[in-house]
Amino acid sequence: MKKLKRTAAFTAAASLICAPFAFAGCANKDDTVVLRVCSWEEYIDLGDWDNEERIDIENPFADNSEDGIFGENSMVDDFTEWFNDNHDYNIRVEYSTFGTNEDLYNRLSLGDVYDLVCPSDYMIMKLLSENACVEYSDGFWNLDNEENYYANYVSRYIDGDDDSVYNQPEYDWHKKAACYMWGTTGLVYNPESVEDEADVSTWKMLLNSNYKRQVTIKDNVRDAYFAALGIVYNDLLTDSEITSDMRASLMNDVSADAISAAEDVLKQIKENVYSFETDSGKADMVTGKVVANFQWSGDAVYIMDEAEGDGTELWYSVPDECANLWFDGWVMLKKGIGNDPKKQEAAEAFVNFLSRPDNAVRNMYYIGYTSAISGNSECSTVFDYMEWNYGVEDDISEEDVYEYDLSYFFGEETYLSADISLFGFDGDKINRGRQLFAQYPPENVIERSVVMLDFGDKLADLNQMWINVRCFDVSDISPVTIGVTAGVIVLAAAAICLYSFRYKIFITGKPKKGYRKV
Amino acid sequence: MKKFRFNRSQLCIPYAIFLIFFVIAPLIVIVYYAFTNGQGQFTFNNLTGFFANPNILGTLLYSFTLAIVTTLVCLIIAYPTAYILARSNFKKKYVLLLLFILPMWINFTLRITALKEILSVLEGNISEYPFLNSVIGMTFDFLPFMILPLYTSLLKLDKNLLEAASDLGANKFTVFLRVTLPLSVPGIISGITMVLLPSMTNYVVLDMLYNSTYIMGSLIGSYFSAYDWNNGSMISLILLIIIFIVTLVTNRFSDKDANNRGAVL
Repeated sequence: MKKLKRTAAFTAAASLICAPFAFAGCANKDDTVVLRVCSWEEYIDLGDWDNEERIDIENPFADNSEDGIFGENSMVDDFTEWFNDNHDYNIRVEYSTFGTNEDLYNRLSLGDVYDLVCPSDYMIMKLLSENACVEYSDGFWNLDNEENYYANYVSRYIDGDDDSVYNQPEYDWHKKAACYMWGTTGLVYNPESVEDEADVSTWKMLLNSNYKRQVTIKDNVRDAYFAALGIVYNDLLTDSEITSDMRASLMNDVSADAISAAEDVLKQIKENVYSFETDSGKADMVTGKVVANFQWSGDAVYIMDEAEGDGTELWYSVPDECANLWFDGWVMLKKGIGNDPKKQEAAEAFVNFLSRPDNAVRNMYYIGYTSAISGNSECSTVFDYMEWNYGVEDDISEEDVYEYDLSYFFGEETYLSADISLFGFDGDKINRGRQLFAQYPPENVIERSVVMLDFGDKLADLNQMWINVRCFDVSDISPVTIGVTAGVIVLAAAAICLYSFRYKIFITGKPKKGYRKV
Repeated sequence: MKKFRFNRSQLCIPYAIFLIFFVIAPLIVIVYYAFTNGQGQFTFNNLTGFFANPNILGTLLYSFTLAIVTTLVCLIIAYPTAYILARSNFKKKYVLLLLFILPMWINFTLRITALKEILSVLEGNISEYPFLNSVIGMTFDFLPFMILPLYTSLLKLDKNLLEAASDLGANKFTVFLRVTLPLSVPGIISGITMVLLPSMTNYVVLDMLYNSTYIMGSLIGSYFSAYDWNNGSMISLILLIIIFIVTLVTNRFSDKDANNRGAVL
């Protein structure tokens, strides 16, 4: 298995990358359009690969298709060059990053202006409900234009077809957003430290006292609430009769009862887990401080790769109750784009450039997440990359080969021949596995996945619940502690009083004879 | 035309600009948000909500306890250290002092990351002792701020006073209790202010050492991340007032002896 490229050092570089001065000559023209893009940290290829990292598959988009796929310059620079070569005006990209969806939303509401942003599904819903976005033009969806890479190559599972996720009436993101990366949430675990694989196939792992203080959970209300609901509704969700509609409504339940039940569960979780972590979970998993870790699929891939480098084999499991299926997508903002057709053209071209299969592969290789781009019957670059990454070597015996069904994503009858040891079987289903499983979950996992909607006007209630969980509860203090503390304070106060008034209290009356009061 | 004359008060202009943009203006914004609701109408609800909410009061209590314990631990470690450093005739004492200040030159998240590994070795699973770890982390972080003012005030102590006390028959302990300690009170106060107040809000230490309980800083952050600027601002404002009161009270002690002003960093 080949390794993904992701070095720790690029965080700083990711904070702000402007288009290079190589184009300064043309940039002096008055009609330079500035495209302000804001996306997640560590979410795009920054180039500068080592030569041996070249992905050796056929690349129909390169000048020479034998060259393979190689990230020499950053994606943003490559886009600027590509765009300026093909248009009669020039653009400059101002690329900035955000750490959380809420961080982006706060920045937008405080007056920062961006043209193109890449938040998660629920934040897209929030922005759409506030009517803050510009729809993609009809030209963007014209399949005859071969430079409309997104429309041509996005997986029909995600966008385009009538029954694709983006066309579902409850989301209705088609033409409003363009999917960039997608994935699930689950538990990364170390099979050697977990007694029974059944432990990690449920969200109850977070409450399992056999692993007290050995599991971490994400420090944000949405992920924590999702896991808590999985525990609260465990019986209903694992019932074989459950329909996908029921599952979706259970996992998006924000009624007062559900919130208070989740609050109780989260309070227990708080006492049982190692920590609520924002970013330390990856390192703690790799160094073996914890045995299991709530993760997003893309970070799971990264952790598994890192641990593999250290000789540890980690697995990723999607709990039986339900997985959170998430989609990060590009949306154009009205405040930035305005009525400027050039800007909109540039923004759409940016999405298209990232969706060009070879660029999608570059980004996937660099960040570990799964691109929404699948290619189509004429272009199999993304699938070739998967085969290059996870396909079996020639000398493997046939009973070790598993034909992994990816038809739902790549289209008609697509199977990837992979090593059987990459998958954990439970009955006739797969519900855990290694990198390939995390990047492309099988259909049975997709079936029990749910997109978590925006909390809407219940956000304040959820936040209050989260604060209740995290704050120190006064009623938790035992009467003994109160008594002892109060006693100590009273004694100390009494001692100070006695000391400062000692002359008045103890030395009374007149001075002895022979002494003169000074 | 009048010739431009540079006078001393104009030296304050840079700081005045800083003050207006980064202290006064943000303060006005905080006060505005604290007394309005989401629709921008004037309200006292945030203020009453603060005292009616057991979570906030619990967090306040937890922060105070953490801060007080941290301060006491810092004081207990720092006072003997500063005393020995200031009183010794050891030639290389500046090197020793440097050793205490040295950690301040390293970025504090780096220090806490290192501390995390040390504690993991000592304690095993560090998430078992969240409160203890937070105190250790804060102490690790703020100890130099306690040592330095104590060291300065003890160094400035007039040795003649100590000799006079000894001459008049006081033993070493009495000299310390009746002369050294009272004269170093400004240093103690200044050290306490510099440790107590930041350790009430320094939630990064707690985050990094896996203490899942909120303190005031994280509580404010959690309101802001739910777009609730109003309640978050009210908590900030009240915290500011509490800090102001604490400073006022402590200043009553430290300003008694003007000669020791140098002790206040």
